[in-house]
Amino acid sequence: MSDTAGTESNKKAANKNRIKRMKVSNIIAKNILFLFAVITILTTIGIVISLLKDSIGFFSEISITEFLFGTEWTPLFSEPSFGVLPLICGTLLITFIAALIAIPVGLFTAIYLSEYANRRVRKIIKPILEVLAGIPSIVFGYFALTTITPVLQFLIPQTEVFNVLSAGIAVGIMTIPLVSSLSEDALRAVPDSLRQGALALGSTKMETSMKVVVPAAISGIAASFVLAVSRAIGETMIVTIAAGARPNLTLNPLQSVQTMTSFIVQASQGDNPHGTVGYYSLFAVGLLLFLITLGLNILSNFIVEKYRKEY
Amino acid sequence: MNNIKYRKMKNSIFHGVIFCVTLIGIIVLAVLLIDIVIRGIPYLTGKFFTNFPSRFPNKAGILPGIVGSVWIIGLTVVFAVPIGLGTAVYLEEYAKNNWITKFIKINVSNLSGTPSIVYGLLGLAVFVRTLGLGKSILSGALTMTLVVLPIVIVSSQEAIKAVPQYLRHGSYALGATKWQTIRKIVVPTALPGIFTGVILSVSRALGESAPLLIVGAATYISKLPDGVSSVFTALPLQIYYWMGLPKQEFRDLAAAGIIVLLAILLTTNALTIGLRNKFQKSIE
Repeated sequence: MSDTAGTESNKKAANKNRIKRMKVSNIIAKNILFLFAVITILTTIGIVISLLKDSIGFFSEISITEFLFGTEWTPLFSEPSFGVLPLICGTLLITFIAALIAIPVGLFTAIYLSEYANRRVRKIIKPILEVLAGIPSIVFGYFALTTITPVLQFLIPQTEVFNVLSAGIAVGIMTIPLVSSLSEDALRAVPDSLRQGALALGSTKMETSMKVVVPAAISGIAASFVLAVSRAIGETMIVTIAAGARPNLTLNPLQSVQTMTSFIVQASQGDNPHGTVGYYSLFAVGLLLFLITLGLNILSNFIVEKYRKEY
Repeated sequence: MNNIKYRKMKNSIFHGVIFCVTLIGIIVLAVLLIDIVIRGIPYLTGKFFTNFPSRFPNKAGILPGIVGSVWIIGLTVVFAVPIGLGTAVYLEEYAKNNWITKFIKINVSNLSGTPSIVYGLLGLAVFVRTLGLGKSILSGALTMTLVVLPIVIVSSQEAIKAVPQYLRHGSYALGATKWQTIRKIVVPTALPGIFTGVILSVSRALGESAPLLIVGAATYISKLPDGVSSVFTALPLQIYYWMGLPKQEFRDLAAAGIIVLLAILLTTNALTIGLRNKFQKSIE
């Protein structure tokens, strides 16, 4: 009798121990996972600190106004000049051309897929667009240099070998899937009752799409446009390969320019000893690029949050 | 009556126009692929896979690029999967709805929108210089880990969110702790979705060149890497190097390299789509 009671209490004690261990390992796991999550914050802090630290070296020699408003970018001259406007101009010109392609094509593709296409067509087109989205930017750079540029030179003979237009077109094509998939998500989130209401009032499909569905999804669509612009500004390989490396304050899309990103690549490949203004200029341009894309990302989140309609 | 006819016609025209616009992306993709295949196919011989780059185009090969990419991707997966999955599990299962959680989530979304070249600058300043890892495979892989981390986190989060609540409740009802439920129920159920994210990040890491260029990866090496501290090159960088050479033959070599790159990417893409279809079925 007492023997069985002994094993019973032993069992109970063992059970209690086991439960305790389970609870302890649960708490340990929770804390370790939290540390993993903190790594993402450390990454952001790392980006900000490393960009700021070396930018301070830069701005101790070049004033911020000279950097932001100077019109000459000649870091390799014996008397270098560090006005970033030509790089910004090159970046914005390429981004503008890219947006001119990616935004309408992406949006119309999204409208077609969400409102017009039947299930079978969607099943074919969606994976193809996903393949397009997965193609590395270096491949688009190759395409720009070896296919788009010769075609442009054939159409407009004064096009330079490296030019804004070719790079801008390639960046635009690359960003189409981004706009189309995000906009399509936004369009599909619009409830069917709105469509049915419009159709019941006698609207055609086009009127329903353009006057009811698109306006209802406008926050998601606008956010996708902003993200596409941000992606185009940060795009590196296409512009390095196809747009050239000449800082050029111009609005002529047939000329060669240098963007912020292609300057960073070029300068990192050259011999810029650590501690020189040339080396620091890499981080000053990087900081500007980071701030611009960060601003655009925040703007796109803000648009989604602020103008989202709940149905 | 006329008005209705006119509106219907407008609708048909609109339908035709947006269908054609949709085809633009597909046509460009087709032209791009055909163009590259025609240029590159003549160079895709056995030697191309086993030789080093050479100044003679017909002897040049892509071996160091492939080996370098395998090193980078292998290490990136080893680093990024535990950290990314761990973060996703924390955010979806443990995190309370407070300001830290909100901050981490906003932060992840901003990181995924940060240009990869900025990560390259971070890698250059932190891994190459401050930690003294130099222009090594390890610096490249750590930088690449940070580039793909948001992808792993977001796709793992989606996969974990899709695990039905009643499975968790069943596990708790049997007396399991949260950690046991996560280990034995949530993660195994979400595994196909998590795996999809891992493949996505592998294909991103494979095609990404800018951050590696910034942390000082070589575009031309004459010796295979023999450890994590070796100098290295990668598949896209090898392609970039050939693209920059003036001779037409080298541009065609670049096309051959792109075929190899795209073949690997399309295989992984197909794998992802297959897995996702399977995953959707198993959840339903």
